[in-house]
Amino acid sequence: MYGKGLRPLSIATVALLAISLSLVFFYAPLDADQGFVQKIFYVHVPLAVVALFGFMAGGVFAILHLRSDDRKWDAYSYVSIHISVIFGVAVLITGAIWAKASWGHWWVWDEPTLVSFLIVFLLYATYYPFRYAIEDRDRQARYASVFAVTAGAFVPLNFMAVRMAESLVHPRTFATAEGGMPGEMMLTFLVSLAAMALLFTTLVKFELTAKSASGQVKRLRRALDAPAGGGSSRIAPEVS
Amino acid sequence: MEVLLAAPALPLDEAGKYVAGAYVVFLVLLVVYLAIMAAKVQRIERELREVAAIAEERKEGRVSPGRGAEEAAPHA
Repeated sequence: MYGKGLRPLSIATVALLAISLSLVFFYAPLDADQGFVQKIFYVHVPLAVVALFGFMAGGVFAILHLRSDDRKWDAYSYVSIHISVIFGVAVLITGAIWAKASWGHWWVWDEPTLVSFLIVFLLYATYYPFRYAIEDRDRQARYASVFAVTAGAFVPLNFMAVRMAESLVHPRTFATAEGGMPGEMMLTFLVSLAAMALLFTTLVKFELTAKSASGQVKRLRRALDAPAGGGSSRIAPEVS
Repeated sequence: MEVLLAAPALPLDEAGKYVAGAYVVFLVLLVVYLAIMAAKVQRIERELREVAAIAEERKEGRVSPGRGAEEAAPHA
């Protein structure tokens, strides 16, 4: 059921990623200040935006789980957070590379945008041991949902706090007049953002399909009067 | 901070290494993720084959209910 439409979605993702890379390297003009290094922006910022939205989506799915007690939403929440954490790793590494190229430092501790993202990332890194620590599957799903809701609410608050802070180093993506992007850059950025969002959706669907297939196999084993082969997963929710 | 802001743009040959590094990191993470998922899918396929084998044996009447438990145990 989860795998429905996965193939066209995957093809669309690959196509849009290819278009996005073509725009980045053959269409978008060089930045007047940073030159070629600014090309990192088109992978770093969309990854960050999608990761943060993924964390928030995890919170929304967790609310749906708590309201309905339907395990499907717990699976959605878990997978959204899982893929967002992977994107978060990419954000931190690409950001460090960009920082080194632009500022001469891999990391700048007094830059609120960097540190706030690191805090969000570390917060979500605790999601896994938190889930692992609870044996009972129902309690595990409920507690993980409460965590996802709380942490999901923290993400936009954190983002707004950073926006309100006076930052001198980290560039703003959608600044006004003097900091705004020219049309070609904006178009390239939006296509890159759409490509990353599509990649996120595809990976979430892929992961859910794999979990669903695994859950079906376990159900079959149980139907055959056998205990589940690998036992039910203690970390990942089982979906059917 | 002002010193950082004033840093000039890197020449293309040097900037290229950083840009390539950033995009390669993204691609490597994606490939690693897909490799892990491929391993998971292979495991599911193997489990499915085992379950199908148990079901077929049972259909042929060679296995009594509960036989699946023995089949499944080594993979726990």
